[in-house]
Amino acid sequence: MCVSERLPPESFEQLAMPLFERLYNFACWLTQDRHEAEDLVQETYAKALKGFSSFQAGTNFRAWIYKILRNAFLNSRSGLKSATVPIDGEDGESVLPAIQENPESILLQRNDWQLVQSALEQLPVAHREVLLLCEVEEMSYQEIAATLAIPIGTVMSRLSRARLALRSAVQGMQKPGEMKKS
Amino acid sequence: MGCQSWIAKLDAYLDGELQPADAHAVSEHLRECAACAAESLSRVQMKRAVQIAGQKYIPDEAFRARVQSSIAPRRRLAWGRLWIPAFASLALLLIVGGSYLSLLNQRRSSQQLLSELADLHVATLASSNPVDVVSTDRHTVKPWFEGKIPFTFNLPELQNTPFTLVGGRVAYLSQSPGAELIFRVRQHQLSVFIFQERAAGDFAAGNSDQSAQSFTVRSWSHKGLRYFVVGDVAAADLDKLSDLLKAAQ
Repeated sequence: MCVSERLPPESFEQLAMPLFERLYNFACWLTQDRHEAEDLVQETYAKALKGFSSFQAGTNFRAWIYKILRNAFLNSRSGLKSATVPIDGEDGESVLPAIQENPESILLQRNDWQLVQSALEQLPVAHREVLLLCEVEEMSYQEIAATLAIPIGTVMSRLSRARLALRSAVQGMQKPGEMKKS
Repeated sequence: MGCQSWIAKLDAYLDGELQPADAHAVSEHLRECAACAAESLSRVQMKRAVQIAGQKYIPDEAFRARVQSSIAPRRRLAWGRLWIPAFASLALLLIVGGSYLSLLNQRRSSQQLLSELADLHVATLASSNPVDVVSTDRHTVKPWFEGKIPFTFNLPELQNTPFTLVGGRVAYLSQSPGAELIFRVRQHQLSVFIFQERAAGDFAAGNSDQSAQSFTVRSWSHKGLRYFVVGDVAAADLDKLSDLLKAAQ
């Protein structure tokens, strides 16, 4: 969502409220707790409203408010806890180590999204958030980079690792009989 | 180029992040290479599954109202500044009364919503590709919406009725995705829109028969979903299709 002119304070509600459900969903995934998520969303809206005058017209409002939510999360108790979970080095290659390292290409059944839900819950926050921004929020790599304040190359490598981790987690949960070779 | 090099581009390809020439090259390779095509299918399935699985949490209305009211005071001031001078005096405001204003606002927003639906219907009629899923089979059309909209619905059996299912597409109302189903009756096309209640906003509650831009509209609510049948056919046809849809839910 891009805007190109100077925005009156009244337009904050118009820009921010359509994102409410999505921000709440994202907050729940980050915190894994509905009460904490509500606090986080409320704090995000309060901070965003307060800082709206500094929002640069013409830049991406969605990335801006997601960034506020994520920063608020990182400063929260759960966020500080999650920051201590190490993520494998991200300076390596930016692609999913492919077929040889992970010979079972999984084919998901129609109702396997519940399995994926459980697998997502197990992932470290850094992996979970980048996957959700890409697949659920359908953000471009550039938007994700702006939201997470990381370079696009890091977005790509983190996404690859997150996908690999998710795949492994799903495979780990699938019964052997349900796994199919590619 | 070995398969590893193609696989390296697969994520960016499936995320729509490749330049057109690169995307075309990957697409060509996938046509020829069964191993890469299988890997691609697996990744597409996982993307789709995450997309569905990721939409897990829905806030309750009370929380939404709380947040909205916390950011609304500025708007109320502006609203007052704009509207109060429009009324001749405070006395008139009192006479007209809060309830009347509220009713007026609701009617206006209902009318806007109906106009928006009529526009969507006209756009569908005018489109050279009016539907994204073309099928007269309800068992094909209904599953097509799975994962594309955050709810499900049933389609009626149309045998021995004058209606034919043409297909469906995803429509948006107030930024919320919903289903648009196209039915044909004789030479006319009807659109049936199904959205979550919250997308319909202040739309007058209950069942209603209204019109917008000379189209007739039937609307009702069932289990958190709001249904709209829009068309330029006889009222009896609209009622008949509405009844079939209601019976199917």
